[in-house]
Amino acid sequence: MRFYSALLHLYPASFRGEYGGEMRAIFGARLRETPGALARLGLWIQTIADVAINAAAAHWDILRQDLRYTARTLARSPGFALTAILVTALGIGANTAAFSVADFVLLRALPYAEAERLVKLWQARDGNRRATNQVSPLVYREWKTSSRSFEAMGASYSNAVNLVGQGDPQRLESSVVTHDLLPILGVQPVLGRLFTAAEEAEGAAGPVVLSYGVWQTQFGGDPSIVGRQIVLDGNPRIVIGVMPREFRFPNREVALWRLMGATEQSDDDVTNTYWEVIARLRPGVTREQATAEMDLISRRLQERYDEQEDIGVFVNRLQDELSTQSRLLLLALCGAAACVLLIACANLANLLLARALARRKEILVRTALGAGRERLVRQSMTESLVLAALGGALGVAVAYVALPLLTTLVPTTLPISGSPSIDPRVLAFAALLTAVTGIAFGVLPAWRSAGQLDLTGLGHGTRAGGGRRERARSALVIAEVMASVVLLISAGLLMRALLRLQSVDHGFKAESVLTLRTALTTPRYDTVAHRAVFYRDVLGGVRTIPGVSSAAYITSLPIAARGGIWPVIPEGQSLTRAQAQTASSRFVTPDYFTSMGIPFRRGRDVSDTDETNQPWVAVVSESFAKHYWPGEDAIGKRFRFPDSLRTVVGVVGDVRMRGPEQASEPQVYLAYKQVLDGQSTFYSPKDLVIRSTVPATTVVPAVRRIVQRVDPQQPVSSIRTMPAIVAEVTAARSVQVRVLLAFAAIAFLLAAIGIHGLLSFTVSSRQHEIGIRMALGAQRGEIVRLIMRQGIVLAAAGVVPGIAIAYAAGRGMQSLLAGVQPADPVTFAAAGVLCLAMTLLGSLLPTLRAARVDPATAFRAEA
Amino acid sequence: MTYSTADIDALLPLPPATFHILVALAKEDRHGYAVILDVEQRTGGELRLSAGTLYRSIQRMLEQGLIRETRDRPAPELDDERRRYYRITPFGTAVAGAEARRMSELVRMARAQGLVLSKA
Repeated sequence: MRFYSALLHLYPASFRGEYGGEMRAIFGARLRETPGALARLGLWIQTIADVAINAAAAHWDILRQDLRYTARTLARSPGFALTAILVTALGIGANTAAFSVADFVLLRALPYAEAERLVKLWQARDGNRRATNQVSPLVYREWKTSSRSFEAMGASYSNAVNLVGQGDPQRLESSVVTHDLLPILGVQPVLGRLFTAAEEAEGAAGPVVLSYGVWQTQFGGDPSIVGRQIVLDGNPRIVIGVMPREFRFPNREVALWRLMGATEQSDDDVTNTYWEVIARLRPGVTREQATAEMDLISRRLQERYDEQEDIGVFVNRLQDELSTQSRLLLLALCGAAACVLLIACANLANLLLARALARRKEILVRTALGAGRERLVRQSMTESLVLAALGGALGVAVAYVALPLLTTLVPTTLPISGSPSIDPRVLAFAALLTAVTGIAFGVLPAWRSAGQLDLTGLGHGTRAGGGRRERARSALVIAEVMASVVLLISAGLLMRALLRLQSVDHGFKAESVLTLRTALTTPRYDTVAHRAVFYRDVLGGVRTIPGVSSAAYITSLPIAARGGIWPVIPEGQSLTRAQAQTASSRFVTPDYFTSMGIPFRRGRDVSDTDETNQPWVAVVSESFAKHYWPGEDAIGKRFRFPDSLRTVVGVVGDVRMRGPEQASEPQVYLAYKQVLDGQSTFYSPKDLVIRSTVPATTVVPAVRRIVQRVDPQQPVSSIRTMPAIVAEVTAARSVQVRVLLAFAAIAFLLAAIGIHGLLSFTVSSRQHEIGIRMALGAQRGEIVRLIMRQGIVLAAAGVVPGIAIAYAAGRGMQSLLAGVQPADPVTFAAAGVLCLAMTLLGSLLPTLRAARVDPATAFRAEA
Repeated sequence: MTYSTADIDALLPLPPATFHILVALAKEDRHGYAVILDVEQRTGGELRLSAGTLYRSIQRMLEQGLIRETRDRPAPELDDERRRYYRITPFGTAVAGAEARRMSELVRMARAQGLVLSKA
């Protein structure tokens, strides 16, 4: 019998309360009528089935009833319904969009087999992750042969290649890998096979594995591609496999994989650090254990190569290979979205509370007619869940529309596609969020509306019982103000940081500069003479295009490329390469400084006559000259860079090679002809810089024709304007700031509405009191002060903790602030002014209404 | 209570349990268990309402105004204090009658088409 009573709990409480006793009696009678254990077992089975079916049906009956009731009440107040749905949609949409990006970038396992066992190994100064470097082949070999923590280890480096023979010549990103690298990732090709150890050993003639993307776009998805010969950088290669569509490594740009040659693998220069090393931990080995073992190995290495400073090791989970900045950007976004949702919930709870109060009489009538407390709570929860569900559905639509705006926040360095999508996982999150939201803003009003049953009498005015409820509502409004202050200040700080970064002088004039790349390949352009002809013909042609004022070639563009850092040894000093300070090196053709708008300080430009048989010259940046020859004229001074002696012939302005956020090495520009044949071909000028007064769309086709005429096999790639390159550095930030500002604006508006709602409520419920005060001779000014004071108290109660939290948040994201202080006075002052405006805005109408209260009417309404 | 033909038609056809409960209450007020026993007896044991089905039907029938709870109790020696007694309303009688007519109309139509109806 006790079990039967427990079973009855499956029924809705109201049903159980009404009929439970009767049902127990019937069941008791049945039990008495049924003799024998077997028959009783049958009765139990029947009963359990009956309860399960009828309890579900009873719940469904109530739900249907509540839904009908909800539909009716919402239809009666469409303004309220619409507001509630829109507010929920904004909150859930913001969170769904933020979550889909954050989940995509931060949470989801990488698309490799057992990705949690994959680690990336860096050379580092004493395992310090802030001073990591790529790995030299020599160190890699030591690691690979000495370590026991890993199942396998492989290395790669990135290198672009020219693909010729498939329509226009193409510049493709490629990754050069050891044979064991791709198998570590545990992804099988869709066609063909991966590299073998045998191929690597015999140095076979260039097998190539294609990405799915390049197989489709360049080879039309040719099913018989495996075995076909293609031409890369003028060399024949054989396609041996095609990777799956989702496969990306090491980043999404890479179009094909090539096998590492024997010469690269046997490199003995410990300073030649350019490999990326991936390893798979043995099952059961933790990252910490692997780190401990690798530390021992690197200590041995350190003893052997004592001039090399950064031979330590840093073992990082591949999943964590994401810059702190990208992570912070996303976390800030999620935090802001959560703030918006919190405010939305508080706002809706307040709206529902206010409405519950307006419906007090109706609820009391329903109670008098026999509705139980449980039914009222349930009814109220159904209503808020329906509102939340409608808002959630609209919110997913909002997220769907907003998502493309957020793709800039997906870092290109990750092996994932560039665009997250709304998938079942995200939808599940949105559904969960909707349910939580509905409960969050519904539970307080529901509880309150049931609590009202204790209050007495239908005849009382609305003043009754206000105190407790008003405290709850005030708390909600204060929470709203607080969250909006946090959002306002955070968005403000990040916006200040963005403005600061965007106003940084890069040292060149980006406007009207168009850039594109023609990467010359070896062996065709092995000699300086061959390259010089190409530059002469292309530049000669480009300079005749109408509107072009100057054009030049350089190794690589500032900001876009940051490599090429060489040690500098001034003449007369004896330093080892490891001791020397470094400078960024670029080979340029004449006119580069004019084309880029870099100011000349002293001396001359490099010239076409600076050849190998002349004194080797260099143009240096101001900081370089000041650092090595302070107070002296740098012209004529000489330095070793990296091996040849160079004479300074000119000094130019400094350029921020590493973009606005990082300090740059001083710069050295070398004459494009002053390099030995076959040496440093990697640094041969390949980026064409064109200053022109006409739009890029008219210049580019002309340049293409010229390049095509000079060398039909030469691809043109990376066509970009210099302002675009500059903007790209801050693109992720500027998207984030825009999103945060939108969030802050929403929060601001909602908080103002919250203040407005609460004060309006105060004014209507205190109408009687205000009337009495006025009748007793209170001036309108006093009444206005009374209401305004409440508004200001509410705002202050939210602003003070809000400021404290905002300061803490600011400190948390200090690395994103580009030097703007977390307690930036301008931002805080602006936020303060905005909050005051918000309070005034929210208090305006209620205050006016209070001031217009007519004592006579107030008494009548209350009577 | 006033009601129209439309009110009656809106409820037809009745679920079998509802119809049987109305029939069981047609002549006298009964408590729930008595309804179950009556239905069981009248259908020769073929229809045995479960407690859940019974009270869910009763709840809905109360809302629809087909029956009501009654405070009139039978002779004290037969009464069980815990039990609730139900009485058919005039509307309930009308609905039950309409349902019966609807079914006999169906039977008439089937017979006119020569469908075999007598029990073998």
